Amino acid sequence: MCAMKREEAEALIQEVLEVYPEKARKDRAKHLAVNDPSAESAKKCIVSNRKSQPGVMTIRGCAYAGSKGVVWGPVKDVVHISHGPVGCGQYSRAGRRNYYTGHTGVNTFGTMNFTSDFQEKDIVFGGDKKLEKLIDEIETLFPLNKGITIQSECPVGLIGDDIESVSKKKGKELDKPVVPLRCEGFRGVSQSLGHHIANDAIRDWVLPRRDGDDRFESTPYDVALTGDYNIGGDAWASRILLEEMGLRVVAQWSGDGTLSELELAPKARVNLLHCYRSMNYLARHMEEKYGIPWMEYNFFGPTKIAESLRKIAALFDDRIQEGAERVIARYQAEMDAVIEKYRPRLEGRRVMLYVGGLRPRHVIGAYEDLGMEVVGAGYEFAHNDDYDRTIKDMGDATLLFDDITGYELEQFVQRVRPDLVGSGIKEKYIFQKMGIPFRQMHSWDYSGPYHGYDGFAIFARDMDMTLNNPCWDQMKAPWKGAATGARAA
Amino acid sequence: MPSVMINRTASGDLSLYVPKKDLEEAIVSLEHEGPGRWGGEVTLADGSRYFLEPMDEAPRLPITLRARRLQAG
Repeated sequence: MCAMKREEAEALIQEVLEVYPEKARKDRAKHLAVNDPSAESAKKCIVSNRKSQPGVMTIRGCAYAGSKGVVWGPVKDVVHISHGPVGCGQYSRAGRRNYYTGHTGVNTFGTMNFTSDFQEKDIVFGGDKKLEKLIDEIETLFPLNKGITIQSECPVGLIGDDIESVSKKKGKELDKPVVPLRCEGFRGVSQSLGHHIANDAIRDWVLPRRDGDDRFESTPYDVALTGDYNIGGDAWASRILLEEMGLRVVAQWSGDGTLSELELAPKARVNLLHCYRSMNYLARHMEEKYGIPWMEYNFFGPTKIAESLRKIAALFDDRIQEGAERVIARYQAEMDAVIEKYRPRLEGRRVMLYVGGLRPRHVIGAYEDLGMEVVGAGYEFAHNDDYDRTIKDMGDATLLFDDITGYELEQFVQRVRPDLVGSGIKEKYIFQKMGIPFRQMHSWDYSGPYHGYDGFAIFARDMDMTLNNPCWDQMKAPWKGAATGARAA
Repeated sequence: MPSVMINRTASGDLSLYVPKKDLEEAIVSLEHEGPGRWGGEVTLADGSRYFLEPMDEAPRLPITLRARRLQAG
């Protein structure tokens, strides 16, 4: 399989865009591009973080999803109230698989749904009183909670409730942080704004709580692991590597994280940032206010892990640098065995990715370790700086797509016929019915972890299991002639 | 008057970050960089220019400041 040529890729984009009315076509054209790794900045070639066109099927989420679902949701010992009608909280409950330890309903609340369940009268008369009552009830029923966040759903902003004043009052009364979040779903263009709002709330309502409190005994090897949401145990698989090389992880943000870990992060020496998109705001803030440098790293696939471990170690002394080499050497044989087993089965296969704001560029290394090639990548809610980082990692003349619509993705996949598509649950069944192997790259398709050395072994197995599944040879009914599956096409 | 963050990159150069625009560019020239006066006109690698209210002393970086945009990139 040879890659597409630049002209072919450009022609493909034009062809796909043809069905749109002129105005929509003009707008969508700015979001689709053919990659040129030599370009210095993505600004000239692709437009991102813009409002989706009305009438197209966007795959994006909302600000509430970004705040409650992504950043705050995994903080396990805090009760997150979905303030508004019942649906937003209920239909997103426990779907993200951000694992945690603890006794749910006693000292951890990760998979539970707390909602103020707005009714007509709350819309008419306002929901502040109900919110106060709800907080009191939570306090009675779940006294071990360490704090409460109020995650606004759309109606709260529309009727103009004053959740800040309720938060201040209740926070004082309970002597716990009660954090209001103005993350109504209608704000912004995607979940990305929700991340920003959640970051700002942590900055304003949580971090200052331990300013000037230096009772915490820190060591020169303290690090904060940020931007890892522990999907399927990812953060655990990352954490053990850092600990093995001699570092002390004092905070895990926010997968399997706690409120006190949020508060402790400013005491760390370095902020290690995995998901740049959803937590760079806080990393930049902590650098400015507390003087903690931050660093992006990538724990997908042995090549990138070794690169990242060395980069992290370079910030510390010889002891940690030796530790990093020791960790890399220790896992080398295991990783060689994984690659030896799976590479022959996966070599040369082509992948198309459409995920959130980080993974399309982060997993490229892991696929390359398996001899696979990423022929197209796109983000739901990435910003300009994410594309700056992506164009260097992607091959020449590969497809880049921003906030792709359901129709465009379907067309691209049909024309390019990749061997594997990696995207979310909404896309999964379309492509499986088209006869193309598919992996959910948001929640690892009920598998995981994929981070770290242990994760890579699972990643390789899962890709093989999906791609080489015998079901792809059974795509045609036996009475309709010879079976032709995705592989033959 | 966008809020911008001035930082020093790993290579030792200054960079300017505009959060609202996700713009992170290297600073190619800063009018006053010496001791005694810091700030003034800033030119970025993409050609855009900003103005920072001059300060008496070089601040500790990174720092968030209000800047005036003189010329778009």
